Order: sequence, then C-alpha cells, then structure tokens
Amino acid sequence: MIQVPTMADMIAAGEEPEVLFWVGCAGSYDERAQRVTQAFAKILTHCNIKFAVLGTEENCTGDPAKRAGNEFLFQMQAMMNIEVLNGYNIKKIVTACPHCFNTIKNEYPNLGGHYDVIHHTQLIQELIDAGKLKAENGESFKGKKITYHDPCYLGRANGVYEAPRKVLEVLDADLVEMKRCKQNGLCCGAGGAQMFKEPEKGKKDVNIERMDDVLETKAEVVAVGCPFCMTMMKDGVKHFEKEQEIEVLDIAEITARNNNLI
Amino acid sequence: MLAQIIFILALITAIIAFTISIKKIIRNINLGKDIDRTDHQPERWKNMLKVALGQSKMTARPVAGIMHILVYVGFIIINIEVLEIIIDGIFGTHRVFSFLGSFYNFLIASFEILALLVLLGVFVFLARRLVLQLKRFKGIEMTAWPKSDAIYILVIEVLLMSAFLTMNAADYKLQQAGVHHYTLAGSFPVSQFILPLLPTDINSLILIERFCWWFHILGILAFLNYLPFSKHFHIILAFPNTWYAKLAPKGEFNNMETVSHEVKAMLNPSYTPPAIDANNKFGAKDVQDLNWVQLMNAYTCTECGRCTSSCPANITGKLLSPRKIMMDTRDRMEEIGRNIDKHGKDYNDGKSLLDDYISREEIWACTTCNACVEACPVNIDPLSIILDLRRFAVMEESNVTGSLNAMFSNIENNGAPWKYSPADRFNWANKED
Ligand code: SF4
Ligand code: SF4
Repeated sequence: MIQVPTMADMIAAGEEPEVLFWVGCAGSYDERAQRVTQAFAKILTHCNIKFAVLGTEENCTGDPAKRAGNEFLFQMQAMMNIEVLNGYNIKKIVTACPHCFNTIKNEYPNLGGHYDVIHHTQLIQELIDAGKLKAENGESFKGKKITYHDPCYLGRANGVYEAPRKVLEVLDADLVEMKRCKQNGLCCGAGGAQMFKEPEKGKKDVNIERMDDVLETKAEVVAVGCPFCMTMMKDGVKHFEKEQEIEVLDIAEITARNNNLI
Repeated sequence: MLAQIIFILALITAIIAFTISIKKIIRNINLGKDIDRTDHQPERWKNMLKVALGQSKMTARPVAGIMHILVYVGFIIINIEVLEIIIDGIFGTHRVFSFLGSFYNFLIASFEILALLVLLGVFVFLARRLVLQLKRFKGIEMTAWPKSDAIYILVIEVLLMSAFLTMNAADYKLQQAGVHHYTLAGSFPVSQFILPLLPTDINSLILIERFCWWFHILGILAFLNYLPFSKHFHIILAFPNTWYAKLAPKGEFNNMETVSHEVKAMLNPSYTPPAIDANNKFGAKDVQDLNWVQLMNAYTCTECGRCTSSCPANITGKLLSPRKIMMDTRDRMEEIGRNIDKHGKDYNDGKSLLDDYISREEIWACTTCNACVEACPVNIDPLSIILDLRRFAVMEESNVTGSLNAMFSNIENNGAPWKYSPADRFNWANKED
C-alpha cells in the first residue's frame, strides 16, 4: 500500500499540492502500466514531493479520440477535464504518459486549460539533478546493456530527447542507441489510436519491425517512457520469445529499483 | 538585328507562359480554406532561411544532402550569368559585364567550377536513380510520370551545363584567335580542357559558340516553363512553404473552432454558438475542404520520398505512403483546375480526394507518429491531411471500424478508451506487487 492523496483529500485538509500527478487511463487500468504508476508514486513520495492525483475524478484526456478524427468527443473530454482541473486551481501537472502530456500541454490551452505540464522522465531528471534521488542501496544496473525507445509523442512531437537519457546515464550502465533513435526513432505502432484497432494489412506489425532494432543492439533492458510503447515492446519481446533475455522497463521503474523503492 | 528580335520574342513568350501557369497554380491553391499563418514572423523568416535557403534538413541524409546543396548553389549562382546573357541577347552585345575586368574573370571562373560540380552532383543523382535503384525512389505512387519527371530535370541540367561549358570553350578559342566581337574576357579553368576537342576553323567555332549560347538560354526559358508542371517547382515554393509551415509542436493538432462552439453549447445551454456556414464540413473530403497551406504543401512536394521511407506504416508494408498523400492532393487539385478551365467554376465531376485518390485503408494505417513531418526537407505536413480526412470519415459519415467505435463509446460512457468502470480508476493505489 502506498499513500496516494487525492485532490479531494488535499482540498478537504486545506492544502495544495506542488504538482498534480495525471495518471492516465493506461496507468490507471492496464496491469503492466499500473506498476509504472506505483513506481512513480513511490519516487514522488520518497523525494517528499507534495503531490496528489485526481483519483476517480480523472477522465480520458481525449487523445485517442482526437487522433482518430473524433474532434467532438475530444473537446467534450477536454472541456470536462479542464473544468475539474481549473476547479482545483491546478498549476503544474506531471504525467507518465506522453499522450496525456502532449494533449494537456499543447491542446488544452486554447480550450481554457493553462498548466505547466512535464513528463515524468523530466521530473525524475530534475530530482536527480537536485540530489534528491541518489541511486543508492538499490538494484545495480552497472554495465547492463540498456537501450531507450523514444515515444513519438515525447520525442518528435515535443522535442524531449535528453531527459530520459540523462536519467539512464546515472546508472553507469552500458547505454546503446538503436539505429533509429531520437528524431529518427521508429514508432512502436500504437499511436494515432492504432492501439485500439487491428492494424491494416501489411508485411508485419510495426512493433516487430522495431524489435529488429532492439535485437540489433543486444540490449538486456529496453527502457520506455510510455504505457503504449510498453505494451508494444513487451508484445514484441514475446513474439521473439526473448522474455528471458530482454526486460522492458519504464524509466520510473528503473529509477525506483535503482533506489530500492520497489 | 534579327537575332535580337527573335530573342526578345522568345523571352516575352516565356515570361507570359510562365505567368499563366503560375496564376493557375495560385488559383488552385486558393481553392483551399483560409488559415492564418502570419504569427511569429521573426521565427518564420528564420525557418525559411534555415530550411529553404540553408537546406538544414537535407543533410539528415549526408550523401544526397551535400550533392543537393552543390547542385542548388551552383544552379543559383550560375544563373547570374543568365542576366548577362539576357542583356547581350536584347542589345546584341557580347559579354557585356566584361568591363568588370579581373572580377569578371573571377566570376566566370567560379561559374565554370560550379558548373563542373553541378555536373558531378547530377551524375551521382542519375546513378542513384538509374543504377542503384534505391527503394526510396520506388513505390505505388511512383508511376511513369513522376519517375521520368525526375530524370528529365537531371538530363536538362546536364545539357544546360554542358552547353555553358562548351560555349565558353568556343568563346575562349575565338578570343585567342583575335576574332572581332570576341573581346578578351573571362577565365576558363574548366572549359579550357574542352579546347582540343573543338575544330580550329573560325566559322565552325562561331557556329558552335552561337549554338550553345542559344541552346543555353532557350533551354533555361523552357526549363522555367517546365517547372510549374514538375516536382521541380519546389525550387520556388520551398520558400513560402517553409515560411508558412506550422510552428507549434509537432504533436499539437489544431482544435477545430466550429466544434468548440458546439461542445460549449452542449455543456452550457446558455451559450449561443455563432451561426455556421451551411457549406461547412467537419474534416475534409476533397481538396476544397483542406486549407491553402496544405494545398501549397502539395505543390511544393519534391517527391523525394524521405517521408515514406521513414513511415512506420509504409516500412511494414501497409498501403499508406505520405508521399502519395501529397501527390494525390496535387493531382486532384490539378484535376479540379482543369475542370474549372473547361467547364466553369461550379462544375462537379462527382469525384473527391477521399476514395477516388486516397483510400480509407491508407488513412487508417497512420500512427500519427510525425516521422513524415520530421523527415520532409521542405516542412510539408502530410499528417495534417490524413487527420482531416479521418475527421470527415468520423464526424460526417460515422464510417469507422467497430473497434474504434467501441473505443469512442468507452470514452463517452466510462471516461476511458477501455471498458472499465470509472469507479475502479483509483484501484492501482491499493494493489501491491
Ligand atoms: S505520421 Fe502517419 S503518415 Fe506520417 S510517418 Fe507516421 S504513420 Fe506515416
Ligand atoms: S512530402 Fe516532403 S519528404 Fe515527402 S516526398 Fe514530398 S518533399 Fe519529400
């Protein structure tokens, strides 16, 4: 059990959080992504960050609806969420989902939602820089081959390439880049609402193509920063029956393990 | 005198023909909806200078990038020479700028070296297209015309540059022979090597010099008029195209204003939305439903295929090719343009961009990953067109696969794209692994 305060609790106690942790639908419901959510909540708690979540008051940002062309549904979701967020006078939001990150940061302002939005890898990097996360007592990743897969909605969509890499750098691991990385990173195949439909017919699935890049690096850990990438990479590893050799971990999980928080 | 008259007529004809083509293109681009892209002007100028003039995105692929810059710089600078040719042509002078003396020699010498480099670059390009058979230059949209278009341009450049160098060589030889009219001017570091190949007879030399001179200038005028029909039009449109390109983060998709009004009215019954024009569609079915920047994008596309070769859908064998999206948009626009020319403004041929050109299978294969946008050397945004077509399919036709519809109704009813109860949203906090 971790103590995770909700906004309603905070307000009732007459307090205000430093930052709202926007969990996102995958982070809330998907079993694998829930573990990432927990890891990140533990990091926040460990660093004494005063944070809160919306809990059951959170709603889908509308991202998959918007990318699929359903602007009505997107704006409905957006306006309802903005009402809740503004009602709580939220200023700063952190999220472990690049899709939520992109939507709230870029598409909410012109509908009335103005927040300072950061991705969890950026916050973790800040915590490391501030000396609040020391990489102590935990699992060592020293010398391990790790490769990082750029999520499209964090990388190309918003130009965040360095924060996640900096977080990995403190591990003293053997970081290897895939041949397609950063600006040229290859999508995992889940964006643009593809997560929710069958792919069109083709030669293969996008995540299988991406696994070729992973396998080429001979990495033991694929670091991700997005719940959809997590699902796709995990399925990719399974497809090649490499579960024994390759672990897919979110940056938050790596950091939490490294600091002996999980 | 006769030569001067012929020259002036050719020049005027070329300019008129070019103006007519440009006007048609502007009319076609204006078929699109209005969009305001005049904010943040300093940043726009900077983008244009960097991406169009400085070709900053070309070098992402170093071989092609460097060769392209070579050909581009050479082509632009050598065209300063065209100014002299035009003045000479109108007034019957010869090398009218030669009074510049040693600076003139320097100019001509640099033109020659550049011409050689252009030739080199063009040969590499031809080899890439004809011998190496790179995958990027193939694909379903690369039918006979786009393929030959690319080759024609390269061949034209070879011919123009060769004519330029041969002309200089013959001129040089005539200068050395002290022939009247051929004043000693210029320096010929490259064409001097052609000298031994030329005849020694003065009349033949004059014939060669004149022929190359005419061939060079008429070739350039013809090339000018070929541009508007070719992917090579990008040498002009790359500039406005990069200026008007989206500045917002790539992940930011525009919020449709018409939708905002309706949603506001739904959430707040006292809100009265402004009246919308009855012709307004949600999303795009045809090119008129796109905005003019998207249409200008289509005319700017160089068909280089950098977008398609980085598209995850295309790489994994799906039908989608962002280059095809751009080429289809241009083809459809031109078709509508021809219809307007033939049958008047309101003619409806019953066709549309969606379905007659771009299929549903294509638009639904996109992961909205922005790889195509990132890759495009002239800042074209194929993704925005794909999204607008999806918007039409969803909001005007409700024509989507069952699984997407299920996702929509889950969001609507449960506040999540999956079928989970909203009451369970916070359960993760009570689970321990
Ligand atoms: S945004 Fe769509 S069209 Fe563009 S590269 Fe990605 S999948 Fe392909
Ligand atoms: S859209 Fe851009 S990248 Fe794609 S073919 Fe056209 S010019 Fe090349």
